Amino acid sequence: MARAVTTQRKALNTALAWLVGLVIFFPILWTILTSFKTEAEAIANPPIILFFDWTLENYGVVQERSNYVRFLWNSVIIAGGSTLLGILIAIPAAWSMAFVPSRRTKDILLWMLSTKMLPAVGVLYPIYLLCIQLGVLDNRIALVVILMLINLPIIVWMLYTYFKEIPGEILEAARMDGAGLKEELLYVLTPMAVPGIASTILLNFILAWNEAFWTLNLTSVDAAPLTAFIASYSSPEGLFFAKLSAASTMAIAPILILGWFSQKQLVRGLTFGAVK
Amino acid sequence: MAPAVFLLLVWMLVPLCMTLWFSLRDYRPLRGGDLGFVGLENFVRFVSSSSFWPAVFTTMLIVGGVLLVSIIFGVLLAMLLDQPMWGQGVVRILVIAPFFVMPTVSALVWKNMFMDPTNGVFAHIWRAFGADPVVWLTDVPILSLIMIVSWQWLPFATLILLTAFQSLDSEQLEAAEMDGAGPLARFFFIALPHLSRAITIVILIQTIFLLAVFAEIFVTTGGAFGTRTLTYLIYQRVLESQNVGLGSAGGVYAIILANIVALFLMRIVGKNLDR
Amino acid sequence: MGRITLDKVRKAFGEVEVIPPLDLTIEDGEFVVFVGPSGCGKSTLLRLIAGLEDVSGGEIRIDGQDATMVPPAKRGLAMVFQSYALYPHMSVRKNIAFPLRMAGMDAAEQERRVKSAADVLNLTDYLDRRPGQLSGGQRQRVAIGRAIVREPAAFLFDEPLSNLDAALRVGMRLEISELHKRLNTTMIYVTHDQVEAMTMADKIVVLRAGHIEQVGSPLELYRTPRNLFVAGFIGSPKMNLIGGAVASAHDAATIGIRPEHIRVSDEAGDWTGTVGVSEHLGSDTFFHVNCEGIPDPLTVRVGGEVDLHYGDRIHLSPDPEHLHRFDAEGLRLP
Repeated sequence: MARAVTTQRKALNTALAWLVGLVIFFPILWTILTSFKTEAEAIANPPIILFFDWTLENYGVVQERSNYVRFLWNSVIIAGGSTLLGILIAIPAAWSMAFVPSRRTKDILLWMLSTKMLPAVGVLYPIYLLCIQLGVLDNRIALVVILMLINLPIIVWMLYTYFKEIPGEILEAARMDGAGLKEELLYVLTPMAVPGIASTILLNFILAWNEAFWTLNLTSVDAAPLTAFIASYSSPEGLFFAKLSAASTMAIAPILILGWFSQKQLVRGLTFGAVK
Repeated sequence: MAPAVFLLLVWMLVPLCMTLWFSLRDYRPLRGGDLGFVGLENFVRFVSSSSFWPAVFTTMLIVGGVLLVSIIFGVLLAMLLDQPMWGQGVVRILVIAPFFVMPTVSALVWKNMFMDPTNGVFAHIWRAFGADPVVWLTDVPILSLIMIVSWQWLPFATLILLTAFQSLDSEQLEAAEMDGAGPLARFFFIALPHLSRAITIVILIQTIFLLAVFAEIFVTTGGAFGTRTLTYLIYQRVLESQNVGLGSAGGVYAIILANIVALFLMRIVGKNLDR
Repeated sequence: MGRITLDKVRKAFGEVEVIPPLDLTIEDGEFVVFVGPSGCGKSTLLRLIAGLEDVSGGEIRIDGQDATMVPPAKRGLAMVFQSYALYPHMSVRKNIAFPLRMAGMDAAEQERRVKSAADVLNLTDYLDRRPGQLSGGQRQRVAIGRAIVREPAAFLFDEPLSNLDAALRVGMRLEISELHKRLNTTMIYVTHDQVEAMTMADKIVVLRAGHIEQVGSPLELYRTPRNLFVAGFIGSPKMNLIGGAVASAHDAATIGIRPEHIRVSDEAGDWTGTVGVSEHLGSDTFFHVNCEGIPDPLTVRVGGEVDLHYGDRIHLSPDPEHLHRFDAEGLRLP
């Protein structure tokens, strides 16, 4: 039984929590606000918080100057492609591990995770070299494959924990009720697995979207996604705060929204089911 | 299961073997290419180079600093968020948001809009109190990096610790209260031990990711001002100075280091699988 | 029809034989309860009958037809699982209709059967809810509903009441018995609770370590347990089992006497002891009496209002007609 708390105490908690929450969120908020300012307002001293002339001008300039849409498109293809490819490969794997486990299933799962622990920098040159040799440096498909491989352990793992939660008795009940393998898949398993698959897709899309080692090192122009696009602002353009903010806002907005949907899965996915 | 296993096996083994192979050779693509087998010389040279120990030290500072900040504040924040309040969902979202910001964006926003000595938010604050603005990334570069990276990882720690807090049986706390434990004693004797597993997991997972921190350094200092971590050092050896042999030897060290951490993590995760 | 015969059925998991060859016949319309401590193989036996586990040897016949290799759905049996195993993403209506849909029955007939099952089980108001929105007892009823609509040759119940609280359990027990009387279909019911077995069964099968210890009506088992295990397992509170010199006096290795078959006197008797803790149930009172020469306290049942108190000295005599005697092997002596 949770104990009743006095209103006063609750108000205090609320105030404190909101304060801390806003402080932590402030850099994002500030970026979003600044993106609507003019460059002069952006560096005004003292800073203007809300009362400025809201303008969309920066968004236009960013798109015009750097062709933002192309980077966005690359990000979508790389993150989406690697996630979908990963899911397609992972579903049968997770499926068989969850429903027809063998003695080695556990070892295989742990080994898969261990590949995730491999430091990227340790294999940077071989991958780089292979990309050159195969002529796929700065190529979207190469990145789709690489990011898929990086996230495959997490995808398999998450799907496995979700599938594992489908109780065996349900499958037996379906068999007793006369469902064959096809009906079992169609009417019982798939509907029960869909939520898990959806959250896995969501989390891995986010991880792939934000990946910033391989995308920075293996792309230059053609395949560069938003991570690389933003990194290019570290040189002088970065001092144009309003434009930097507009570019940043556009890069993070889609993922912030998706992220809010995936909070719960986040814990599970990133701790490999060790914390639920 | 087979295709996934096969793909991962190839993905792991091929580059790994190549790294091992390169690490035993004097290989500089821009200066003569593969100059032959040199035994363990690269391993010795990587460790004895003047930038090795500073890099190790920097790595330890950043990893340790971020862990300290994210765990301490993570526990406090999780405790706060676990209290009854209005708008809990919204606060949760606010706190978690930084985790979803791509590393290059957060590095750049912090570097320019907050830490810039003339126009950054911190400079404004410092001036408001009549102090001279700090030139963050040159004067206290490691502290700056710790701040940036902590901001990114605090949400992760908080979220996991909050989940752990919520699974704490409130009857246990009430039993302790009946046994005469005050709020502090309840925290140290009941809540903290309950959190210990979650804290261990946070430490291990974050360590693995923090050892690999790259984009934040790449965007902010580019490894200057003593912010060269082991990862960044290897990156520079391999791609910037194109001394592949030396860099690969460093890569092997990094792999060994990560594996030591991973081993502990695997044991916890593995135990969890049996339940 | 639902006559089920097990002929030398055995089951082994790898090297471990959980059920040694076993014969059993379940008559049409009978309510049979498999009872035994956990791990005795009773659930495995049920799953063998259901077809969810493959037998390692022997033959299962349903109405004379060999069903050993028939897949579960084709055996004409319906099962109610311990966890109910309802499909969480389907409404109650869809859950109940699922087996009919699988059988390819037309929609109107499905609807008619679901309606009548819902009527019987008081589920009419809940047909459009999801299992997650139901209470434990209601979920149980949905699981039963899913079983009845198929009009099976026999119902299989796997500890169906163990997830319910005590009050609901008593209610559901009556409902299931009532259902059996109404449908007159064979039911096989697995439980570890001997009270459920005693109250519901036409025939009880007591199992231990895969062996059938005894088969019989509840009263047969109660009156003439074949061995010590059955004697100790059936009946609540348990039969008093006494060894040593006291048993030798009756030419047995162990004697057993039920609490209600001990006479109490404050003057004379076979055994002398002091009254320990007593449990008043209103209609009955159970006394725990520590007797000289008998290591464990004896449980004695007396009427509701008896003036005995903690520490009183009393004399006890077993009713010789109801004294059970067992040999050194634990088998009943005539």
